[in-house]
Amino acid sequence: MKIVILGNGIAGITAARHVRKRSDHDITVISDESDHFFSRTALMYVYMGHMRFKDTKPFEDWFWEKNRINLLHARVERIDFQEKILYFAPRGNLPGVFTGQGGNVPGENTERGAAGVPEPLSYDKLLLATGSKPNKFGWPGQDLDGVHGLYHLQDLEAMERHSAFMLNGQPITNNQQPATKRAVIVGGGLIGVEMAEMFHSRNIPVTFLVRESDFWNVVLPPEEARMVSRHLREHHIDLRLETELKEILPDDSGKKCTAVVTNKGEKIDCGFVGLTAGVSPNVDFLRNTELEISRGILVNEFLETNIPNVYAAGDCAELRQPLPGRKPIEAVWYTGRMMGETAAHNLISDFGLGIADWHNPQSPIRNPQSYTPGIWFNSAKFFDIEYQVYGDIRPHLPEGHATLYWEHPDGKKSIRLNYEKSGGRITGFNLMGVRYRQEVCDKWIRTGTHVEEVLHRLGMANFDPEFCPQHEKELIRVYNRQTGRHLKLRQKRGLDAVLDFLR
Amino acid sequence: MNDASLSIATPKRAQTSGRQKFALAMAGLGAVLLLLVWAAQNAFAPVPVLLVALGLMIAGALLFVREEYLTRPEGIRNNGVWFRSLSARGVWGWLIAVVLTGFYTVLYFFPESWFTGLTALFSPFSHLLRRMPADKWFVYGALYTFSILVMGVKFMFKYRHNRYQVLRTVSVMFFQLGFAFLIPAFLQMMQQPEYYFTYFWPLKDYYGSPGAVQYYSSATDISVYFILFSTFMIVVATPVLTYFFGKRWYCSWVCGCGGLAETAGDPFRHLSDKSLKAWRIERWIIHSVLVAVAVLTGLLWLNSWQQGGVLGRFSHVYSTAYGYIIGMAFSGVVGVGFYPLLGSRVWCRFGCPMAAILGILQKKKSKFRITVNGGQCISCGNCSAYCEMGIDVRHYAQRGQDVVRASCVGCGICAAVCPRGVLRLEGAASDAGERARQLRTVHVRLEDVKIL
Repeated sequence: MKIVILGNGIAGITAARHVRKRSDHDITVISDESDHFFSRTALMYVYMGHMRFKDTKPFEDWFWEKNRINLLHARVERIDFQEKILYFAPRGNLPGVFTGQGGNVPGENTERGAAGVPEPLSYDKLLLATGSKPNKFGWPGQDLDGVHGLYHLQDLEAMERHSAFMLNGQPITNNQQPATKRAVIVGGGLIGVEMAEMFHSRNIPVTFLVRESDFWNVVLPPEEARMVSRHLREHHIDLRLETELKEILPDDSGKKCTAVVTNKGEKIDCGFVGLTAGVSPNVDFLRNTELEISRGILVNEFLETNIPNVYAAGDCAELRQPLPGRKPIEAVWYTGRMMGETAAHNLISDFGLGIADWHNPQSPIRNPQSYTPGIWFNSAKFFDIEYQVYGDIRPHLPEGHATLYWEHPDGKKSIRLNYEKSGGRITGFNLMGVRYRQEVCDKWIRTGTHVEEVLHRLGMANFDPEFCPQHEKELIRVYNRQTGRHLKLRQKRGLDAVLDFLR
Repeated sequence: MNDASLSIATPKRAQTSGRQKFALAMAGLGAVLLLLVWAAQNAFAPVPVLLVALGLMIAGALLFVREEYLTRPEGIRNNGVWFRSLSARGVWGWLIAVVLTGFYTVLYFFPESWFTGLTALFSPFSHLLRRMPADKWFVYGALYTFSILVMGVKFMFKYRHNRYQVLRTVSVMFFQLGFAFLIPAFLQMMQQPEYYFTYFWPLKDYYGSPGAVQYYSSATDISVYFILFSTFMIVVATPVLTYFFGKRWYCSWVCGCGGLAETAGDPFRHLSDKSLKAWRIERWIIHSVLVAVAVLTGLLWLNSWQQGGVLGRFSHVYSTAYGYIIGMAFSGVVGVGFYPLLGSRVWCRFGCPMAAILGILQKKKSKFRITVNGGQCISCGNCSAYCEMGIDVRHYAQRGQDVVRASCVGCGICAAVCPRGVLRLEGAASDAGERARQLRTVHVRLEDVKIL
């Protein structure tokens, strides 16, 4: 069977690897972005000089041929779902990829500039894993040069190009004026803070426009949101809360950004505008086909689209029936990976004969795997503050829930436990600057463990490096103060107890 | 704030502040002073000159790193590592590599007479410590210790948010200063034979030879305990400590070679090769060296037992060859000289027979492993990039497999640089292989999967 995967991000590549692990089917992965899979989340470290681009590739280049995964660097223009054929754009149209060092990324982009059009490609089963694109909300000037998101390798290249411009003040082309040495970032989410850290690492001043009253407080509870806001300012980020972008002004050439105007009427000169107000599925080229698309490609719990033998996974997929308490689109690395695994299973199961078929008890369905991502988890790093979340943590506490919050006096670490008031079932963990074990927290949440049992054994969850101060006792003191109870930490940190617990 | 890049070719701005340039000039001046004395082959006013030279280097280095790290909030600061000439195998990197390689070649293979200037400079210090004039090895030991102390302070500034890193660095500084420098000097002052209590056979192959046993058994009335201590350390203490703590108890907490790698070598840790090919080569070379030193010691004992009757001079020739090729060229010249090209642990990774033994123990019989935190890895690759031993940590982390590798020296930097808190160095009584071998798919309910 010929399996074609469109997109070489974490969802597509995970699917390809798992298909290969479990079958002998013909696999082709297509990308218009790069020759090889790289870690998108690591792009910031390339810009900051922590790593080279090649270090972001989780597998050495020989891996793909050895595992018989064909890679095709090409851009799909059109899909004939009836005939099961992919048609490609001419090779010269591929987006360019350069590093800031003035050369192509080594080993990447070999097809770029090559002549001709790749031969149309037929498939038996198709996985769409086309990822996301940065949101643009119709701001005037949003398509100017110097206005970019941070998602693709090409966005990194744009940041490099404009940074050189901002740092050395030299125009890229003759008709441009020297740029202002400031970047404005629009949208207070995870990518925005990454971008702020990137520019900051090169001493490019950053103004950060955030619509909310504290950084990311649509996701983080107020204390944590305030902590991040404080930390951004500690790093001299010019954080403008409750401020929105109104328009982006072009320079004299009319092509490049030179300033932004905020909803408060302020004009801020800048050489770069980062658009980081979220992402949306990268599915425009699939619209107006028989594929059902809402915001993303609509899939059932088996990641099947409305077209037989066509699946979707990762950022581009939208679940018709989201899981309880979850969103229909979750554009996160981890969900991409889990969907990739699930899709791989279903691609090579026998049931993939279309939705109608597997609902029929007579059809030869064999064990479809539904997408079951388990307890929600996520992580990030806001400059120096690591963030981990397990379970249900909302910005505002739901009715009937209680929260237990401890914050270090230095204001850079905190532990939060949420639980149900009646019954005491633990529902979520939110950690800032403290590391907790996912599997332990996951099991406590899954099994509805009582918050006091969790507190007794909280040492098990601690995952900070050895000798680092542990704060579980302080959290318990907060609980005792709040409830008048007299709990004590009974379980110290250590792997032995953890392995016993998980067994 | 916005001064132009020092380099025309790079769009990445150099971030060296005026104060840092001044600090570099100070440290450079101190180094030049040492070189001048060396070149002059004689020392004028050795005490003040040495104090001024070392003082300038200390002050310059501390001012530089203070400016680099303490002016910013604590946290991982690897900005620009791959843009800087020194740390990215640029002109400076190659230059330093050539200078270091040259220095070690002269040190090991050239006579004492090449060092009259420096030994004259260090002689008052040597008299103070040992009541005898300095030789080139005293000068080298002093400078080596000096590097570990100064760069150790720098390392602690850099990782001041991480207590594991700070304590580990205090430990290597303590063992280098006390056990590898002051105590041997003190022994000499007390008319005892020179001895290093932190080096054992097979790294110090001499301590396992019949010559050493004979010598220390009778040299003074306490020297026999020296050799007994070393024997106890390698035969009993090494397996026990490695069982509980992994090889890090030695390699990144005690050893002097490791001490230099962890401190002065830290800016080069990312240069180690992470490829599968490099791992293959590593295993061949390091185990060959272990075999070579075992053969060496065996030959020496056989020859001693046979009183030269069977092997004649062969064991002597073999021993000399081992000394030149492994002891001097590999561990010395390449081991440190190639820091800026192949990373700070070239010798530890590819050559050290002690590391080979510790590695086998760590892999086969130890509680130690690097635990991976569920499915939290984002495959970013910081862990692999900053592994000085060239372990592709990400390969394991992204599959949720605990890391059990013979070469891991437990420096803990992978866990420190991980932006998602995915890695932890720890130990447990259960078999390390339990979670190291199988792929833990934490997010798809495997019990549902029947067909695969």
